[in-house]
Amino acid sequence: MSRHTLSVLVENTPGILARVAALFSRRGFNIDSLAVGTTEHPEISRMTIVVNVEERPLEQVTKQLNKLINVIKIVELDPAASVQRELVLIKVRADHETRSQVLETVELFRARVVDVAPDAVTVEATGSKDKLEALIRVLEPFGIKELVQSGMVAIGRGARSITDRSLRAIERSA
Amino acid sequence: MTERMTGAQALVRALEQVGVDTVFGIPGGTILPAYDPLFDSQQVRHILVRHEQGAGHAAEGYAQATGKVGVCMATSGPGATNLVTPLADAYMDSVPIVAITGQVVSGAIGTDAFQEADIGGITMPITKHSFLVTDPADIGRTIAEAFHIASTGRPGPVLVDIAKDALQREVDFVWPQPMQLPGYRPAVRPHAKQIREAARLLASAKRPVLYVGGGVIKARAADELRALAELTGAPVVTTLMAKGALPDSHPLHMGMPGMHGNVGAVGALQQSDLLVALGARFDDRVTGRLDTFAPDAKVVHADIDPAEISKNRHADVPIVGDCRDVLTDLITAVRNEHAAGRKGDHADWWRQLSAWRETYPLGYETPADGSLAPQQVIQRIGQIAGPDALYVAGVGQHQMWTAQFIGYERPGAFINSGGLGTMGFAVPAAMGVKQGRPDTTVWAIDGDGCFQMTNQELATCAIEGIPIKVAVINNGNLGMIRQWQTLFYNERYSNSDLQSRRIPDFVKLAEAYGCVGLRCDNAADVDATINKAMEINDVPVVIDFIVHQDAMVWPMVAAGTSNDDIKIARDLAPEWGSDD
Repeated sequence: MSRHTLSVLVENTPGILARVAALFSRRGFNIDSLAVGTTEHPEISRMTIVVNVEERPLEQVTKQLNKLINVIKIVELDPAASVQRELVLIKVRADHETRSQVLETVELFRARVVDVAPDAVTVEATGSKDKLEALIRVLEPFGIKELVQSGMVAIGRGARSITDRSLRAIERSA
Repeated sequence: MTERMTGAQALVRALEQVGVDTVFGIPGGTILPAYDPLFDSQQVRHILVRHEQGAGHAAEGYAQATGKVGVCMATSGPGATNLVTPLADAYMDSVPIVAITGQVVSGAIGTDAFQEADIGGITMPITKHSFLVTDPADIGRTIAEAFHIASTGRPGPVLVDIAKDALQREVDFVWPQPMQLPGYRPAVRPHAKQIREAARLLASAKRPVLYVGGGVIKARAADELRALAELTGAPVVTTLMAKGALPDSHPLHMGMPGMHGNVGAVGALQQSDLLVALGARFDDRVTGRLDTFAPDAKVVHADIDPAEISKNRHADVPIVGDCRDVLTDLITAVRNEHAAGRKGDHADWWRQLSAWRETYPLGYETPADGSLAPQQVIQRIGQIAGPDALYVAGVGQHQMWTAQFIGYERPGAFINSGGLGTMGFAVPAAMGVKQGRPDTTVWAIDGDGCFQMTNQELATCAIEGIPIKVAVINNGNLGMIRQWQTLFYNERYSNSDLQSRRIPDFVKLAEAYGCVGLRCDNAADVDATINKAMEINDVPVVIDFIVHQDAMVWPMVAAGTSNDDIKIARDLAPEWGSDD
């Protein structure tokens, strides 16, 4: 199995998330993570879907996704040619004895403390999956009270935009 | 055109504008506003069915008989959920239908209101697309989009769910309405390079086979198929969904492949060195155990749906396109190959194919106890009604015999439930077929099990003047289940005996529904009974053919086994022979 990052441009219509999720479950495809949000064009949303499949099933995933009427475009992002980020919020046990060590770790990972309580701090970090996993590993001994992670979002490097090109295609077809 | 009207009037007007002439349906609370203007439509005839499932299958039959989009209509909740089976059926067999359902008022959606069901959610995996309309201003555009989506690309069912208040509120109806489908671009021309590569393979293959599926019928490409077959001299097999794409009588036709295919057709696929799959999808009922299917064959796979290509079997040459375009381009490309002196010699291949065809023709045994052979009944219906009639089957043994023994000469002459295998398909689908092609003789060949699932539509047929002919192949059992129990469950007939020779009395049932009921239980009366049915054209006819209960469908590739292990009778395998 290998992980692939798909950027999926969809019409910003109700039910599109359900359609995509239903397709993955019905066809037996595994989603590692999924993040959705609007783009610079309010009528278009962008999903970043990380799937865990072999090469040939990946082709099936993209072909089946393409059949959804509200899916406009699918691009697989090559990790080397794209920026891929996740966000994590971690509530770590930190009292007067351990707080300075926790803060040092946060500093090392270029993460930020976003909330402080007498016996805990909440850390915000963004980065690649590997970096965030490393941060979590290092914070674990202090005691992680709560953890929440976003799905991955990703964008291609360079000046080209996948939304612009597909919007032009839409205008031509209209 | 702009005119002030209710959403319901806008719906009926939009249906008229897209060319609808027939709607099958049943009214209910939430769809009721639509039925009021429908009452006045000069163009749209509404056929009042007895069960929404009947409306859905009728729409499928209508669509397949006419090439137009079939339309069914139902209310919210149970009306809509009764359409689930036909929608799934239409999805599997790529039949263009539009289902219009009422939905509870938009303010009540999500509150578990009376007769509320999330039909959009329920049917998401079994529709090509679905819409929920809560604003009357969206009705016209949505109908235009629904018909466009259903009928283009790979056809399929589209659901339009309309909240009751959207039907009641007023709107400025505007027509035509520009469609807003930025993500839907179905029309693709076949790629010239791939066509050339396919032609090159066809011209050099020693044992090519044209593996033809329902896509060729949907693309109306029978003439082009015949031209390519005759140009290349390659044998043709037509799947259950493609019967008649090449006439059964054509010398290049090797028959139907698959679980109950001819030995010659199955053997041709298995020993082929080049499969040219046209509008076919490598269904498990055709391939048998996939890893042993046509092991030596390269694959050219042409389909309008890119997701079908390499889904089950890797395609060496993938071609995305409408089968008619693909075939037209292939013919030109193959001619170029021939002109350059490259033409395959298939003499050895045909020696082998002919040997299989002569040694293992389709056939059946006449029961020793004097009872009626079901195959004989079906064969005689085909011979008496002829190739111009349309044949509709349910699912099971009678369906397979109807595929095997009618003798199809025209594309689209056989309409059945292939992918989903929906028992009860025949009677309502035949109703839709006859409604779409009123001047054509329409035979529903049904089993006694299937018939009891949907025969209430005989009332619709009798009242609405839709004189179909129904042959109930009555072996008193769920015949295909009984066959599997005989072969694989040690003859333990658990819950497959319907006793339907005793209850109900199908002749009385036919008469109760205003149809003519006939019965035949011996070979001597078969022709006379069929002829009598052929003479009745004002009311539906039901014939109860009492047939032998242990007749089996042969040949058979047992589920999960290899095509190479096909049996021509119990424990009897063909001799494959070989020139190699």
